[in-house]
Parts: sequence; structure tokens; C-alpha cells
Amino acid sequence: MTVDAPPRPAKGKKSPRAVSLARKWWGQLTSMRTALILLFALAVAAVPGSILPQRSVNVENVGKYFTDHPQAAPIMDRLWLFDVYSAPWFAAIYGLLFVSLVGCLIPRLREHVDAIRRRPPDAPARLSLMPQHDEWESGAGAAKLAGVLKARRFRVETREHADGSVTVSGEKGYLRETGNLIFHFALLGLLVGVAVGALYGWHGNRILGAGADAAFCNNLQQYDDYGLGPNISAADLPKFCVQLDGFKAEYLDNGQPVTYAADVLYGEGGEAPTEKFHLEVNEPLRMGAANLYLLGQGYTPVLTYTDAQGNTQVSRTPFLPMNASMLSEGVATFPDANLSATGQRDRTRQMAFEGMFLPTAPEQAPYTTSLFPDSRNPGVMLFPYVGDLGLDNGKPGSVYALDRRQVATGQLKPMQVGFFLKQGESKTLEDGSTVTFTGLERWITVQARSDPGEPVVLWSAIAVLAGLLPSLTVKRRRVWFRVRGDNVTAGGLARTENPGFATEFGDIVASAKET
Amino acid sequence: MGDVNATYASLSDKLFIATIVLYAVAMLGYALEYAFGRRAVKAEAKVLAGAGGPDVTEEETAGGHVNERAERLGITMNQANRAGQVALVLTWIGAVLHAACLVLRAVSVGRVPWGNMYEFIIAVVLVGVCTWLYVVTAGHAARRIGLFVTLVAILLLGTATRLYTEAQPLVPALNSYWIAIHVTAAVIASGIFMVGFVPAALQLIRRRYDTVTAKGGRLRFPITLGARLPEVANLERLVFKLHVFAFPLWTFGVIAGAVWAERAWGRYWGWDPKEVWSFIAWVVYAGYLHARATGPGGRRLAPWIVILGWLTMIVNLFGINLVVTGLHSYAGV
Ligand code: HEM
Repeated sequence: MTVDAPPRPAKGKKSPRAVSLARKWWGQLTSMRTALILLFALAVAAVPGSILPQRSVNVENVGKYFTDHPQAAPIMDRLWLFDVYSAPWFAAIYGLLFVSLVGCLIPRLREHVDAIRRRPPDAPARLSLMPQHDEWESGAGAAKLAGVLKARRFRVETREHADGSVTVSGEKGYLRETGNLIFHFALLGLLVGVAVGALYGWHGNRILGAGADAAFCNNLQQYDDYGLGPNISAADLPKFCVQLDGFKAEYLDNGQPVTYAADVLYGEGGEAPTEKFHLEVNEPLRMGAANLYLLGQGYTPVLTYTDAQGNTQVSRTPFLPMNASMLSEGVATFPDANLSATGQRDRTRQMAFEGMFLPTAPEQAPYTTSLFPDSRNPGVMLFPYVGDLGLDNGKPGSVYALDRRQVATGQLKPMQVGFFLKQGESKTLEDGSTVTFTGLERWITVQARSDPGEPVVLWSAIAVLAGLLPSLTVKRRRVWFRVRGDNVTAGGLARTENPGFATEFGDIVASAKET
Repeated sequence: MGDVNATYASLSDKLFIATIVLYAVAMLGYALEYAFGRRAVKAEAKVLAGAGGPDVTEEETAGGHVNERAERLGITMNQANRAGQVALVLTWIGAVLHAACLVLRAVSVGRVPWGNMYEFIIAVVLVGVCTWLYVVTAGHAARRIGLFVTLVAILLLGTATRLYTEAQPLVPALNSYWIAIHVTAAVIASGIFMVGFVPAALQLIRRRYDTVTAKGGRLRFPITLGARLPEVANLERLVFKLHVFAFPLWTFGVIAGAVWAERAWGRYWGWDPKEVWSFIAWVVYAGYLHARATGPGGRRLAPWIVILGWLTMIVNLFGINLVVTGLHSYAGV
């Protein structure tokens, strides 16, 4: 069973040094010991990715690591320690492993196909040398003995010999090697499936507010962040549009969430979103060309601002939850506050509120924590700012936070102390303007994703299992009978580790003696 | 939703304590049998027969030593063996209470009883104990080896008490029938791996014991335990059998997890720390299966790989849930 076969000796003429060296290395690479070492290397190489923050899992944590370890982080980054699973050294290990696998599988496949096509080999000259053997007198004849083996589903071959003896050869357990080959080839299939997904897959995440105004259609500008495989371009994205119709979260009394459920409308291939779907965390919307997943949820406090001139604007910006109590933080910006007489934006008097949203605010100050994640007593803590929001300076910024650079340079200044508003309450600011917490809306985070490698991965995984079971449980073994007149000799050989073989051989011989 | 039956939940907690106590008493019984049980008879018989040879001399002293101590404690061999029998019965009763503890938890919250780490560990240990009871009943191992299995079980259950979590329903991401499929497979595989680890460690001890006694060297604890362990080949076969069973289950569990992850999180594999360590454990156990097919060198290495494999399972169970936070972190641990 050991597959550490030495490289085949070169036939005939001596091969040139380079060729024999290459052959030697190939033999090394495809040996089972190398496979073992590479398996361990793979296990060890996977470890740092579970300890260090990974970009693929959580980009913010990587950024935090950079601020905490300003010296080490850039060096570590150059070693791909924050992208372990796409690092060249990680790829090198599994690349070698799979090369080794192919090198080991191809000859095994050829041998196995041969073994299946050939008849079971003839009995060795002296069956008494086999690990299992027996001898008795019987007039049953070879055909009956062959029948015993056939009844036990052995593959049987009867041969007549010149000296008048007849041998019956039986072999069983081919499925072991078949399963083993299926298992190992399926591992290659997994790799292919993963590669297809990486090359042709894409995904995009976004926050989706409720209502037709907030609906989105699949294109890259619509996503807060996205990833495209190298072989797919923005123009290849399938067409669909999605709208959030309603959202409901259920909680236990201790605040633990039980269900999140969103009612969405969608339309494919350029249709308006009219099809209904009940989207839940474990119930993705499967459209033809992409799937839509519900990943998160939150609140949008609707804030209405009326500037000193009496112009009213409404802000509907999602606030992002910070903890399990759904204490959320966010901003409401009013770039068109205090327009000049000619209707131009006045970049010294734009308004913004930085704030915290509390779905269940305490009855009294301090309003720093939410008592419950559901909206039982919604309130916002708001801190007004006035000045230049920095929206027009061309630099992209987050819509969910104030531009800190503007605050640092003093172009955007705090206006007065913060204040707390319950839903429906208003506050008049120092400049005579008013802000009202008019209402509450829900939003969800959705991910649209397409991974064309998935079916390949799934079927390969099924083949991995289907191959593994016979590979581990089936035993390959051979049994022979030699009939010379009334004398019968029997021999048995377990070709794989098989502690039960002696018993099986005993049973076979017992039934052979009975015939 | 959300109703927790407090009576059942607290009854489950009491059963948990009772289970630990029973296993602890059983362990004591196994220990008595291990130290003073029947094997000593053979050693003594050899002394009386006056058989020569270095190995037997070693057994003589070991046997004499054991008897001396047994005499001082006033324990006869028959008593020691009866202690082993009682221990086995206690283990059976313990396992029944253990199962009842999980079932009551399940009933009290109306869901599968492995939604958090506390429950997961209890379930894994239950599978381990049941696997062990099967192994002993089927005659694959001597009863007194239960000493080591109950020891591991008690250590793990003891750790679970540090992670006690009130009975609660599941967070939305876990609230799917896939938890029954994925986690059940993981629990069963982990429980069998746990029992597979024990004979692998014993195999190493016995192997060392054999080499040291063959050279006539001095024995020190824990190698002294080897005197009463089954032969290396038997232990090795048991280790292999258990892993041949557990590995495909673990493979299935990982695949089921990937299918579930696709539904819940949108991707089948994302190198989340829990996923990483499940992968590492899988690769290590695949390494074990390969090592056994790599000639005598590989076979010598194999039990060490099993130990490494169980370490990766422990890291996955404790280290990842408690230290690193990922999507798999359970609500309230
Ligand atoms: C991708 C990494 C690999 C994994 C996860 C893997 C896994 C496995 C598993 C689970 C088995 C079943 C063990 C058994 O039959 O006892 C096995 C058997 C086997 N593997 Fe691999 N394998 C890998 C790579 C390789 C490579 C590179 C080679 C060749 C050099 C190889 C050669 C074999 C052979 C010959 C067997 C049969 C052993 C026997 O019949 O006992 N494997 N492998």
C-alpha cells in the first residue's frame, strides 16, 4: 500500500544527467512522504490567518492593526500576513500539493484501469506460502469452488493448466482504489471550482432603505463596497432591481434577536421590481444570475431641519449599529441649509448633526446606552455642526460620518452643546433654526453575489465524500483455489490492512468444503 | 418563540452536576481496577513459574510492587475488578443522565441542544462516552482503560462549567435546520476524535514502555502506566478504527457547514477563524491517514499526528470561540 515507489529505472540507454535528475525530483515530489509534508505545511500556513486580522474577513481590523503596530504592520503586510489565503507562499504550498497529487494520481489511475480490465491473476505456485491457506480432499470441482467465490461477489477467473490442475482466482474490493481515486480527483475539482468562483464571481454590499425611492439596481455605483473577479467587468453584471418593502425583527425579553425578516420586491432583466420575496437570514433570494442575502439591519431616524430662513429639508441617512442593543451612530447633513440670496450653497453655513440613535432610550439622562434593540422608546442625541461639509472638494467621503478633516481644519465647527430628542420632539438652535425627529425608518444590509464556481465545488465535495467512504472501508483481497484431482489447496492474501481477513477466509474455506 | 421552560432548564443543570459526579466516581473505580486488577495475577503466575528473560523480570517487579501496595491498602484483586464493574455501570448511568441533561435543555428551549459552547461541549463529551461504551461492549478495549476516557470527559465537562450559558433560543443566523445537520455531524465527529485521542496517547506510552523495558532502563511516570496497557498493535488498530469512522463524518460536517454558510452569509467559505481551524484539523487528520500508508516511519509518527489533530480540535473549540471573534462566535459564548 505504500506508494513510495522509487522512480522507474530508465530502460535501455542511460538517460542524460538532467533527465535522470528531473525524474528523481519528480519521483520525490509525487511520493506520499512529500504529500504528507505538504499537508502539514498547508496546516501550519493556515494558522496565521486565524490569528492576524485578514482583509478578506474584516478590513477595519487590519486598519486598526496598522495603527496599533505602525512599525511591524507594513513589514508583515509585505509578507502577505493580512492576506494569508491569497498569498503567493500559501498558493505555492497548495500548488505543489496539487502537482504532487496529479503526479501521483495519473499513474495510479492507469494502473487501476489496467487492474480492472485484467482478470484476477493466476494462483501462485505454492499456495501454502500465502498468509492464509488450507488444504483438503473433495470432489467438488473447480466450477463449484468458483461459485462459492462468485456468491461472495468476488471477480472470478478459472484457468486450466497443462499439468491437469485447475486454478480458480478471485479478487474483490476494487472499489477501494476507485473510491480513493475519485476522492483525490474530487479534491482537484474543488480547486477548479474555487478558481472559477474567484475568476468569474462578483459581489456587492449595500444598505437598502425602505421604499421605492431607496430601491437599487445592480450596478457598481449602487454598492457601498464590491468585489469583481478578474475575468468579469462591470458591463457583465446581470440586470436586476430590488426594493425594500418592510422589515421586522423579533427579540427575546433579554434583547437577543430571534428573527430578522425583510419583505422585498425584485425584478430581473430590467423589469421593475414587482415580484415579492420574504428575505430572511437563512433564506436568500435566488435569482437567475445572482443571489441576494440579508446580512444586517438598522434604523434610520428621519430628521427634518428648518433653517433660519424657513427652508425645510429632510435627512434620511442610515445610522450604523455599534452593539447588540442597536445603539447606532450616524450623521444628518443639510448641505443646502442657509442658501445665499441667489440660491447658491453657502459653504460657511452648511449644517450637519452628528448623533447617536437609541431605539429604546432610558427615561432620564445620560442618554448613552440603548436599553433594548427594538424601538420601544426611540430617541436621538444630536450634536450640531456648522460650516463647510467638504462635499464639494472632490474627495470621496463616507455618507455615514462627518468629514473629520473638515472638523480638524476648523472649517466645520461645533455649534452648541448636544441635546436629546424623542421621536416627535423638536429643538430650536441658537441661530433660530429648528430640527425635528420626525420619524423612524428601517434599513437592511444586503449582499448581491454570484459565484459560478459553486456547482463545481458542491459536486466535487459530494464526490469527495462518496469516494472517501469506500476508500476507507472497502478492503482489497484475493483468494485462490487449486484443484488437482480430489486435492484442493486454497490461499488468501489481504492486499490492504484487514484484521478481519482471517475470519473471512475461514468462512470461505468452510463453504468451499461444504460444496 | 422565546419561551424558556425554567423547570426543565434547572433540572438539566442538576443532571449535569450528577453526571460529573458519576463519572468521577466511575473514574475512581477504573483507577482501582487499573492499579490492582487481574493483570497482576498473570505477572505473579510468571513469578511462581520462575520463567526467565529480561521482560518477565521487569513484570515480576512491577507485579510485586503492585501487590505490595494493594496489600498495604487492603484491596484484593477481586475487589479491584469489582470496582471496575461498578465503574462501568456508573458510566452507563452517567451517560443516561448526561443524555437526559441535553434532552431537557433541548425541551426547555425548543431547539437542538447545541446552540452555544456549553451545550456543544456537553454533547461532544456525551458522544465520546457513548462511543467508549460501545468500544468496551464490543470488546475492542479493556474496561480499565475507561480510567483515561473518564478523565478526559471530566476535564472537558469541568471546562464547560466555566462557560455556563443560560438556556436560550438561537440568534437568527443559527436559526436554521442546517444547525441540526452541520453541528450534529461536528459533535459526533468531535466526540469520536476525543475517544480516538485516548488510545493514541496510550499507544505512545506503551511503545515507550516497551522500548525502555527491552533495554532494561528505569521507568518513570507516566511510562510506568504502560505495564497495564494493551499491546501497541491493539491500541493502534483501535485508534485507526475510530478515526476511519470520525474522519468522513468530520468531512461531511465541514461540507455541510459550507452549504449552510452559503445560505446564511452568502459565501460557502470565507476563512473565518472557525473555518480555518476546521480545515487545519481536517488536513491534520488526512495527514494521519496518509502517515499510516507511508511505511514504518509514517506509522511511528501516526499517533503523534492524532495527538496534534486533537489539539487542533481543542484550539478550535476553546481558543477560537473565546479568543478570536469571528462570525462563528456564539451569542454569549
Ligand atoms: C490534497 C491533499 C490530500 C488529501 C486531503 C488527501 C487525503 C487522503 C485521504 C483522506 C486518504 C484515505 C486514507 C486511507 O485510504 O487510509 C488518502 C489516501 C491516499 N492518498 Fe491522499 N490526500 C491528499 C494528497 C495526496 C497526494 C499528493 C498523494 C500522492 C502523492 C496521495 C496519495 C494517497 C494514496 C496512495 C492513498 C491510499 C492510501 C491507502 O490505500 O492506504 N494523496 N488521501
